Amino acid sequence: MPILSVHGVTVRFGGIIALDGVSFDIEPRQIVGLIGPNGAGKTTLFNCLSRLYIAAAGTVSFEGAPLLTQPAHRIAGLGIGRTFQNLALFPTQTVLQNVMVGAHCRTSSDFLSNALKLGWVAREEAACRAHAEELLDFLDLGLVAHHPAAGLPFATLKRVELARALASRPKLLLLDEPAGGLNHEEVGTLGALIQRIRTERGLTILLVEHHMSLVMQVSDKVVVLDFGRKIAEGTPAEVRRNPEVIKAYLGSEAA
Amino acid sequence: MSGSRLPRLVGLLSLLLAACALPFVLSNFRLFQFSQVYIYAIAILGLNMLTGYNGQFSLGHGAFYAIGAYVSAIMMDRWNIAYGWTLPVAGVLCLVVGFLFGLPALRLEGLYLALATFSLALAVPQILKYFEHWTGGSQGIVLSKPNAPFGLKLNPDQWLYFVTFAVLVLLFWLGANLLKGRIGRAIVAIRDNHIAAEAMGINTALYKSLVFGVSAAYTGVAGALSASVIAYVAPDSFNVFLSVTLLIGSVIGGLASISGAVFGALFIQFVPNWAQDISKAAPWAIFGVFLIGFMYLMPFGIAGGIRLLWIRATRSRVPQEGRSAVPTQAHTTT
Ligand SMILES: Nc1ncnc2c1ncn2[C@@H]1O[C@H](COP(=O)(O)OP(=O)(O)OP(=O)(O)O)[C@@H](O)[C@H]1O
Ligand SMILES: [Mg+2]
Repeated sequence: MPILSVHGVTVRFGGIIALDGVSFDIEPRQIVGLIGPNGAGKTTLFNCLSRLYIAAAGTVSFEGAPLLTQPAHRIAGLGIGRTFQNLALFPTQTVLQNVMVGAHCRTSSDFLSNALKLGWVAREEAACRAHAEELLDFLDLGLVAHHPAAGLPFATLKRVELARALASRPKLLLLDEPAGGLNHEEVGTLGALIQRIRTERGLTILLVEHHMSLVMQVSDKVVVLDFGRKIAEGTPAEVRRNPEVIKAYLGSEAA
Repeated sequence: MSGSRLPRLVGLLSLLLAACALPFVLSNFRLFQFSQVYIYAIAILGLNMLTGYNGQFSLGHGAFYAIGAYVSAIMMDRWNIAYGWTLPVAGVLCLVVGFLFGLPALRLEGLYLALATFSLALAVPQILKYFEHWTGGSQGIVLSKPNAPFGLKLNPDQWLYFVTFAVLVLLFWLGANLLKGRIGRAIVAIRDNHIAAEAMGINTALYKSLVFGVSAAYTGVAGALSASVIAYVAPDSFNVFLSVTLLIGSVIGGLASISGAVFGALFIQFVPNWAQDISKAAPWAIFGVFLIGFMYLMPFGIAGGIRLLWIRATRSRVPQEGRSAVPTQAHTTT
């Protein structure tokens, strides 16, 4: 059974059709690349899965259960973590605090128990902190742990977002252009990291990227969007040969 | 981190001791003023949670202060209930009222929320006058100060000082726990980026309403304490000016800061008096000069200013530690 099943999803903004009947499946522990020229609707699809945008039509099921009836704040708890293309961190909080907010859906202390600092709250807090610190080490962020998110380089913040997403212990991870701000060499390292995340943590990953080499290197399957419509789906090799895909990319480069 | 914990603990303990010594060195009037400072500090901490930490503006917290004061006064005056019991009742009632007010306020952002809360502050004194049978109308309710229990050799002002101080310590301890843990991180996350907060699994609507409720509860308990300390409530002491004063204390002390609430309270209690001493003719002009001077010198409030000085002082000694100690909570909201 697919872990995520997107079926006929359509999103409109006034006259613009940002997504037009998009369907595809993701199997557990797959890495699926989602590509397409600028404005193709990739981020819109992420925002739909996060329930930040409302789909005009279509259904999505996650682990067999309908997703589009859930409120936005339940998505992380269901096991879908994400990063944002243009960063959506909490600038005044430290890197460590940002990552610990990521674990909000995996912790449960409430207003009263927090205020009273009950024993189990302190233990939960310590465990949450330990997990966050482990993730900071994993992503080489230990040195900036106590630095506020504001003022750090873009590429570092991209890693903070990844750590924050992992802190929610997701089953499905949505990565929106994780290679943003990276140089050629760093993109290679990121590819290896994404594969490690899949194998070591058993995650399923949906990856939006413009770095073709990265997508082709790590993906089991690639879905191609253009003007909100799915124009191709298949293995990296298949997609690379697909005339529609070549046309979409050449077209956008010519424009 | 642990390096700064010990001096902080020593500092807190000495402050605690100093505060407990005050009743035996100060006149009753001065003592009354300090009780008032603690009461303002509690109210301002409530306002800081809402405005500083959560980014919701309130120009109407005087209304919750008034509700707390009247709940306490009516309970004492009508039913002869001891002041100690009126505090939790006022707190819980304001929690509920604040939560309910917070629900529709969710639709309002920034200045619009400020205006909505402002109208609450405008309405409450008139509502109090309207229910004359309960509230004594414009005359208000005259109360008597409680005597110290257990035959303690303290006069009422001394005793009320200790009561107020004990409530302050309790509420600041609870507030600090709340703001420094999981809930506090979520509260700040909502302020910093509410969409990302929602995506991280925070029920932002519920949290904002709950913060409104807790904030109102703090301010309500402060109001209830003031009823006993002043031994009098009247609608006109809770006009719009009180709400503005609390907001001034909050900003000047340091918006997203716990200790800032105390600095802000000191400011709004004593600076108007100094201004009065400097010029009988135009005290508010002098007050305004103080206000602008403080904002200019310490854009992150007094707490933020002190933190910066502290960092500067420690950085010259331990260079590596200062780097990570940039004040994160001193930021104001955008
Ligand atoms: N909130 C919004 N309001 C109006 N239009 C929007 C909104 N979000 C996206 N769009 C429009 O929807 C279309 C798809 O945008 P989207 O951001 O999903 O593209 P993308 O594939 O992520 O592009 P890029 O590679 O540049 O990030 C674009 O035409 C965009 O202008
Ligand atoms: Mg995008």
